[in-house]
Amino acid sequence: MTLELSHLHRRFAEFQALDDVSLRIAPGEFLALLGPSGSGKTTLLRILAGLDYPDRGSVHKGGTDFLATPSRERNIGMVFQHYALFRHLTVTENVAFGLRVRSWRKRPSRAVIRERVERLLKRVQLEGLGNRYPAQLSGGQRQRVALARALAVEPDMLLLDEPFGALDAQVRVTLRRWLRELHEELELTTVFVTHDQEEALELADRVAVMNNGRIEQVGSPETIYQQPATPFVCEFIGKVNRFTVRRTAAGLAAGSWVPDDDPWQGRFAEAIAYVRPEQLRLAVSPGQPAWEARLRHIYLAGSVAHLDLYVAALDLALEADVASEDLSRLGLHAGMDLRVAPRSAVLFPLDGQGATANQERWIWNARSPVPA
Amino acid sequence: MSAHVPSRSPGWPRRLVHGVLITLALVFLVCFLVLPLLTVFVEAFRQGVAPYLASIRQPEAWSAIRLTLLVAVIAVPLNVVFGVAAAWAMTRFQFRGKALLGALIDLPFSVSPVISGLIYVLLFGTKGWFGPWLDAHGIKIIYAVPGLVLVTIFITLPFVARELIPLMQTQGSEEEEAARVLGAGGWQTFFRVTLPNIRWALLSGVLLCNARAMGEFGAVSAVSGHIRGLTTTMPLEVEMRYNEYDYVGAFAVASLLALLALLTLAVKTLLEWRYGDEIASHAPGGH
Amino acid sequence: MRRRVLPGFGLSLGYTLTYLSLIVLLPLAALAWTASGIGIEGLIRLLSGPRTLSALRLSLGGALVAASINVVIGLLVGWVLVRYRFPGRRLFDALVDLPFALPTAVAGIALTTLYAPNGWLGSWLEPLGIKVAYTPLGVLVAMVFVGFPFVVRTLQPVLASLERDVEEAAESLGARRWQTFFRVILPILAPTLLTGFALALARAAGEYGSVIFIASNIPMRSEIAPLLIVQKLEQFDYAGAAALGVAMLLLSFLLLVMVALLQRWSHRWAESGA
Repeated sequence: MTLELSHLHRRFAEFQALDDVSLRIAPGEFLALLGPSGSGKTTLLRILAGLDYPDRGSVHKGGTDFLATPSRERNIGMVFQHYALFRHLTVTENVAFGLRVRSWRKRPSRAVIRERVERLLKRVQLEGLGNRYPAQLSGGQRQRVALARALAVEPDMLLLDEPFGALDAQVRVTLRRWLRELHEELELTTVFVTHDQEEALELADRVAVMNNGRIEQVGSPETIYQQPATPFVCEFIGKVNRFTVRRTAAGLAAGSWVPDDDPWQGRFAEAIAYVRPEQLRLAVSPGQPAWEARLRHIYLAGSVAHLDLYVAALDLALEADVASEDLSRLGLHAGMDLRVAPRSAVLFPLDGQGATANQERWIWNARSPVPA
Repeated sequence: MSAHVPSRSPGWPRRLVHGVLITLALVFLVCFLVLPLLTVFVEAFRQGVAPYLASIRQPEAWSAIRLTLLVAVIAVPLNVVFGVAAAWAMTRFQFRGKALLGALIDLPFSVSPVISGLIYVLLFGTKGWFGPWLDAHGIKIIYAVPGLVLVTIFITLPFVARELIPLMQTQGSEEEEAARVLGAGGWQTFFRVTLPNIRWALLSGVLLCNARAMGEFGAVSAVSGHIRGLTTTMPLEVEMRYNEYDYVGAFAVASLLALLALLTLAVKTLLEWRYGDEIASHAPGGH
Repeated sequence: MRRRVLPGFGLSLGYTLTYLSLIVLLPLAALAWTASGIGIEGLIRLLSGPRTLSALRLSLGGALVAASINVVIGLLVGWVLVRYRFPGRRLFDALVDLPFALPTAVAGIALTTLYAPNGWLGSWLEPLGIKVAYTPLGVLVAMVFVGFPFVVRTLQPVLASLERDVEEAAESLGARRWQTFFRVILPILAPTLLTGFALALARAAGEYGSVIFIASNIPMRSEIAPLLIVQKLEQFDYAGAAALGVAMLLLSFLLLVMVALLQRWSHRWAESGA
């Protein structure tokens, strides 16, 4: 059943945690709530869990008022940021907890509980550790116990609050992949809070980017990345180059680069433009508009080379990414001069009072792409 | 509690200073703490073991012991329930006036024991608020056991709460929240999740509460009436015997109380060594 | 539309408030009411009486001196227990709590016997002309005894968590050990010492059991204020006892407020660097 969140507001003293948030969560989808700290994503998750309530707004599930159901009856599995394992119970007892506290009518028999716990421990690759206490486990192991515990009650929805935040990079990557597999196997609606955009983009079916209590954009990872709806989304997701495009007598231009078109038909005098590092062409032929840039430095990061470019005419520093193996093919070395131009860009016009008119977003693509 | 290891081995002038300081501190500790403690036992056995045992076996001593135990058995559990309730309210919820509530809970702690007794006399004494009504119905509170119990409840009220509140504050409510989401009911959450996490601090609080309940003197003195065999607790019996120059008798009963104190200290220290981080460090409690 | 997530708010808060009202607030209300029955002039007359003044002076003044002594000795003992290792350290550390756990009457008779002219310490001090038992000095000794653990126990966690690097920085800049102590460490410890001072002060001012035996309890000489209250009660002078009780409470409250202000002042320029 679809979860319908409408116009949620939540305020803590001076701080507006949620500011008119509306969202629809489809059954079985893996949704990521992505944003910096203070963006309201954890508050939203806690409201879904029943650990907090909004000041205004409603949440409906299949027509019924979700908020009227107390937390313990919502049939939700939650994994807390710091795991919240019961420190005085063993792993087995932790996982069995949700089953043991059920009223005796709904409680499965001891044998069933034991079997289910063992099955879950095997699923999360913790078999044999059932008698250990949380203090005796590593961070990654504790995380998996928390997950097993949440899954033991066979919930309709799984909520995770920055579950991998405290783990080493290597462990994080492994657990990420594994969580995705688990989701595909169980087909469980999953809502996942994170500030790590790589994680969100890798795992989720849909990503809701949040900032200052508002949802900036909801969409698939590709959409978020390639068609960002607001400047915040541009800058928060991935790396991006940013420069200003101004109206001149000849039309819109940023120095010697001209996007050939003007969808705004002269209404705006200025716009902010965003170009991803991999969208910069580095050897533009003299006939086409481009910037004169100097390649100041090359940073090799494994398979990708980051090029530090400088456009003197605009006093603009740019970063371009190329595959490391292409460096020699393209004959790139530090200190050389290049003609550089974007292959595609996202532009937001400025409305004259310093804010951008996001609904007038323009995604520009070069018409005759030439291989860089 | 950790002692820091110096970052490098100090030279001998510094070692000398350390030695002097340690000696000074030890001298003070021995003179001030160990000697009075020893005195109790030395004086109790000054005339030998037989007089010691005889003086403890006297009926007044027994009735004092019984009364002390009775008062403790009533006051301590009541204050345990209070302490748990207060700690739950203070650390698991947000509401206005928490600071005021905290100050009220701490109040019996900072009030002089005699004043603690005084206020109950003002309530239930012959010329007190309820005095005439009580007299008319033949109910005796002051100069009778109920008065002793009430005063002891007042004095020992903060002990359990003071142990639990900082600990539960530090532990946070995440585990209880997780239990709720997993479907546990209110009492289930408390007994299965909260209680196991606070059990050592709770025990510690019970020990302190009990030690104070049994050893209280000033407050009890004001409401007891000193009726031998009826309203005399062990500390009061000590005073009476001392004032009658029955030194062996006084120190004999005192030695029992001192043993209780040592036992309390020992168990508490043991608890802190083994379960140190499950008993948050706290401001001292006392008489 | 706000509900509390965890259960039991009404129950726990309700029980707590009821219990507190019955056990604490009601009797205190009786105190305030009875004391007010004596009137303002009566209060002033009572408090300016020579016997009362002398008792208050002994109780509060003695407590001030005793708490100050406790700060010095407590600092020494706390420092030694935290910083140094020596055989029996753990035992002595546990022993620090003795004045807490020991019933006051027991402490009272033990101290008296110890410092009496024929006691272990008394017989040693008497030839030096220092009389302790049955003098105001004895009262002071008893007050130092009961207040001792407060300073040590408040100090220990702070001392233990003190970062060594501040001291090392001072040393690298050329400070000698005692300079580092007085200029760097002591200011950091000042607020904690003040807290310990306040706690020891509050305890000693109201102390009864430990002091009653060692003081000669002669009115105008070595009679403590709590004893005065007990005597008024025995004479059924409820109003007088209540007034004196309120006066004591207010005076200690005032002292504590002053200490709290001192603490805030010293906290401004000596942030706890730990």
